[in-house]
Amino acid sequence: MIKISNVVKRYHTRRGESTVLDDINLQIAPGEKVGILGRNGAGKSTLIRLISGVERPTSGSITRDMSVSWPLAFGGAFQGSLTGLDNLRFICRVYGTTTEDKIPFVQEFSELGKYLREPVKTYSAGMRARLAFAISMVVEFDCFLIDEIIAVGDSRFHDKCQFELFEKRNDRAMILVSHDPFYIRTHCQHASVLVKGKLKSFDNIDDAFTYYDAHSWEVT
Amino acid sequence: MSNNKTLKHCLKIQLRVIGALLMREVITRYGRHNIGFLWLFVEPMLFTLGVTTLWSIAGFHTSNIPIAAFALTGYSSVLLWRNMPGHCCGAIEPNLALMYHHHVKVFDIFATRILLEIAGATASFITLGIVFTSIGLINPPEDILKVMFGWIMIAWFGGALALLVGSLTSRTEIVEKLWHPVSYLMFPLSGAAFLVEFLPDLLQKVVLFFPMAHGVELLREGYFGSSFRPHYDMTYMAIANLCITLLGFSQERVVSRSVVPE
Repeated sequence: MIKISNVVKRYHTRRGESTVLDDINLQIAPGEKVGILGRNGAGKSTLIRLISGVERPTSGSITRDMSVSWPLAFGGAFQGSLTGLDNLRFICRVYGTTTEDKIPFVQEFSELGKYLREPVKTYSAGMRARLAFAISMVVEFDCFLIDEIIAVGDSRFHDKCQFELFEKRNDRAMILVSHDPFYIRTHCQHASVLVKGKLKSFDNIDDAFTYYDAHSWEVT
Repeated sequence: MSNNKTLKHCLKIQLRVIGALLMREVITRYGRHNIGFLWLFVEPMLFTLGVTTLWSIAGFHTSNIPIAAFALTGYSSVLLWRNMPGHCCGAIEPNLALMYHHHVKVFDIFATRILLEIAGATASFITLGIVFTSIGLINPPEDILKVMFGWIMIAWFGGALALLVGSLTSRTEIVEKLWHPVSYLMFPLSGAAFLVEFLPDLLQKVVLFFPMAHGVELLREGYFGSSFRPHYDMTYMAIANLCITLLGFSQERVVSRSVVPE
């Protein structure tokens, strides 16, 4: 279970304090799949980062009784001067899993070939995303945080990701962030909508979309 | 993972993370070319070797002080306390992406760089000490425990200063700009290039205000204490170190609360 209670997140900006998340409450049970809807800049990624623990809430609490992945997103999570392989080794060491037996899978899945041994900063966005996805399948978590990463690569790669994540790991909890209605409908049981820093949860996905369509134009 | 938050479990994660960061630092700093990570101690060794040669030629022939041992202890200790803060300046920024992994904390990044610098400076000091002794350039330390105690105290001072300076640099750039001139000016005051005994009374007081001067004096007493009269107060140094450590941790807390991974 992940329990988010009364979480507030504020950032310092040049024009004073800005409240990105305002009194958020959410619970995720083991195996549950929750979608989070919101416009660009609504605070979806911030919420994901708070859940993963890479940033701390300004106030409120987040308790985790299961292992939570890092936010699987396009960029991030890699050190640019290191090669893809060294980044894989780093991540395996940090999460305490063996490394060498994972290399063939990442090599094959990421389709990076010899570029796996080149610095990540030389990669294109697509290559980076392929590596990110391959590495994130190497460490097992109870809950995966997915920040629009699937919308990447060609359709064949897309299918591979779908299979790895939603079929092989169907028993895990997942929090998906997206503004793609189809994607959320396909994979989630519940959805929450983030508007003006407030999170509203719906048991029924259709209700969430009705609310999203009615309120998503409201600027934070 | 978080359902077992015992101290032992946390310690295990922390060691794992620092281990991973150590490998990451070594790869990006020294690469896998030529002698690779051996540069970690070859670099400070070359520095010390150069300074020892210069000082021996220029000669501080003021008394019966063994000049090679004087230079070795002096310059090695400077490298020990000065390199740690130097490498903790702006240490967070290149590691921001790695902080996407929530086990990786600000403190781990500083701890990694501090450990690397201690390892490099210590390996260099020990290697040169053994080489100089075996070719008869210097005598072996008169009291190895004092040498070790002095070295550890200087390392503590450097590590604490690194935590403080490193945290402050990630709060404001000014600190990074100021650190370089400050560290340069602190070098002549650190007691590395002279013995406190040789200074006039007023200057002695000024120099002994700096904690590392006490450590250097103790280190030298351990090496060749019979040829000069050392001046140090290890209680003062310990209290000063403790204050810097606490200040460093308080700043590290501030930074770790506000850091935003890329």
